[in-house]
Amino acid sequence: MKTTRRNFLKTAAMGGALIAAPLSLRAQEEITANENAVGMLYDSTLCVGCKACVTKCKQVNDMAAAPAPTDKDRLWDSPPDLDYRTRNIIKLYKEDEDGKNWAYVKYQCMHCVKPSCVSACPVSAMQKEEGTGIVFYDKNKCIGCRYCQIACPFNIPKFEWPEAFPKIVKCDLCKFTNLKLKGEPACCETCPTGAVIYGKRKDLLAEAKRRLAANPEKYQKEIYGEYEVGGTNVIYIAGTTFENLGFPELEHDSAALMSEHVQHTLYKGFIAPVALYGFLAMVALKNRKTKQQVEHEHETDHELEEEIKKELKHKDGGK
Amino acid sequence: MVHHDEYHIHKAKILTPSFYVLLFFTVLGFLLIGVRFVKGIGAVSNMSDGYPWGIWIAYDVATSTALACGGYAMAIIIYIMNRMKYHPLIRSALVTSMFGYMLAGMSVMVDIGRYWNSYSFFIPSRWQTNSVMFEVAVCIMAYNVVLMIEVLPAILERFIHSETTRFPKLKHYALIIYPRLDKVLIFIVVLGITLPTMHQSSLGSMLIIAKSKLNPIWHTEFLPLLFVINALYIGYSVVIFESFMSSISFNRPFESEIQRLSKVIPYVTAVWLFVRFADLWYRDQLGAAFAGDYNSWMFITEILLISGGTFILMWRQYRTSPRMVFISAMLLLIGGGWYRFNVYLLGFKPHGNWSYFPSLPEFFITIGLVAFEILGYMVLVKLFPIMPKLHKHEAQTAQAH
Repeated sequence: MKTTRRNFLKTAAMGGALIAAPLSLRAQEEITANENAVGMLYDSTLCVGCKACVTKCKQVNDMAAAPAPTDKDRLWDSPPDLDYRTRNIIKLYKEDEDGKNWAYVKYQCMHCVKPSCVSACPVSAMQKEEGTGIVFYDKNKCIGCRYCQIACPFNIPKFEWPEAFPKIVKCDLCKFTNLKLKGEPACCETCPTGAVIYGKRKDLLAEAKRRLAANPEKYQKEIYGEYEVGGTNVIYIAGTTFENLGFPELEHDSAALMSEHVQHTLYKGFIAPVALYGFLAMVALKNRKTKQQVEHEHETDHELEEEIKKELKHKDGGK
Repeated sequence: MVHHDEYHIHKAKILTPSFYVLLFFTVLGFLLIGVRFVKGIGAVSNMSDGYPWGIWIAYDVATSTALACGGYAMAIIIYIMNRMKYHPLIRSALVTSMFGYMLAGMSVMVDIGRYWNSYSFFIPSRWQTNSVMFEVAVCIMAYNVVLMIEVLPAILERFIHSETTRFPKLKHYALIIYPRLDKVLIFIVVLGITLPTMHQSSLGSMLIIAKSKLNPIWHTEFLPLLFVINALYIGYSVVIFESFMSSISFNRPFESEIQRLSKVIPYVTAVWLFVRFADLWYRDQLGAAFAGDYNSWMFITEILLISGGTFILMWRQYRTSPRMVFISAMLLLIGGGWYRFNVYLLGFKPHGNWSYFPSLPEFFITIGLVAFEILGYMVLVKLFPIMPKLHKHEAQTAQAH
């Protein structure tokens, strides 16, 4: 088989790309939050666990109640965890039952600086708003593939499993409701102790550092969300470890970037797939010729063509 | 490129007992699919927010498309490596591929929550090219079409050679389309090699983004390469498996091409095993892989199955025994599928207290779709020239039986 050097190089494009993608030096592009990115700071030591934020969130965003299984009258909203009716929840960590060591924790979307859900979504239903960095969801584009759920390291997007026409549910910082009307998310507006506050990420980070510096004995040294998976716009400070508060220990590199890097190496400009196609087509055509020569000897090709011609003629004649 | 004399219609009764058994499971599956569309996914499945993908994705999409790589793997041997002697096997391989990918397509439509929005894939402003899922979805859709075109000549030949005058128009059109299709078919065939290379590797890339959830024994940037090689040896094994099954259930002699084909497999699996171990070593995960915990045993099972199948096929005396060839093909099918299950389900552990085991209806929906696939294959080979024509001496021995 005659292969020109250029063609050889072309194949190397796809075959090699599969090998090169993981090995190629990754200029891990610096993930930096936008100057105007907004988020929240939650201070676990200030939270009194009143759950006013949970109620307010449901009220503002028109979410159904999640009654406990024992609640026969179904009068109370007591969600056990985040789910398709609950975008925001307060939980309590207890070291032991006599309750010397305890801390509250608030869960909702972390609004990652480089969100995996946005990177994963095939149809742009998950989006990161330009500037503010708010990660929000558009049900009119969503196909319900739940890849965002697979991708999210915090398990935040929830799916309406019992619904015939389900959607994904997650916190969007009240982008379409409270933030739009009153300038801050419902949970921050309603919090009586200021345990969760809204603001620009850089200001919140500065505030968190100020609190840590002012009361080093009260707080853990780390700010959760400062670096995790490339940083999140919602950040946490607490008196107990973040592992106790139920947070996963995460790398500072973003898996979304890693995935995009592999994908872009393979598909940049669609060069590798086109080169692969071109090369394969060339080889296949070359092989076909030799095959046809062989077949010509047997004249099978010829026979069928004759047969078809005859049939067609016969038909036309018949009409 | 006309090989019309290589295939024939398998002349046998369509309504056999196995037909009715398969029909039963198909109907059951479709009834449960009906329940899913009326009452929601939660009503029939055990999937949860922690395990948002269950067997409908892990088996029906990730594994079944690999099992449907027979057409892909054979096309590489025949058209690229120029081994025309295998050509008689391609049609049945393509038909299995077509049904396998159809199964994946149907399963996805059952699995996705907002199926009515799937037109989003045809709206360029919604394309999200960073998404691995986008590449997989578009590529699989395209490949489904390619497979149908590749199977089309068999259908057309049937009408061309039909003696009855029941469909005179069809015959006329078939006579016009067939030679034209034949001229361009090679370009479709090449597309049928390019597309699976793309989406089979992407099926591996799919889990790269879930780094914090997928166990490091499986999470690597080499997932795409491992998946595409895995698809190849599963493809060859499935051609062997399928030929063996049809030789039993259709009372045909074992095709001699198969034994020669089994020689190819150890080379492919050896490359895979090399990449697998080199990657584990490079990422310093060999210790974890043999630590003896749950994940480690899942890994060891995967490796034992694949290296076991490879080992058998390395020996000439085993390759000449149809039984051993069949056994090793089975080992490779299960092992290769096991690897994919490890990546999509068993090695996947989200943070928190989540667990997943498929519910009965979930199982029966998958079984129903698989039954439908086999049913379609069995009917199609009895209506259209798809099975390889028996070699003369083989035909004689078959008659003697």
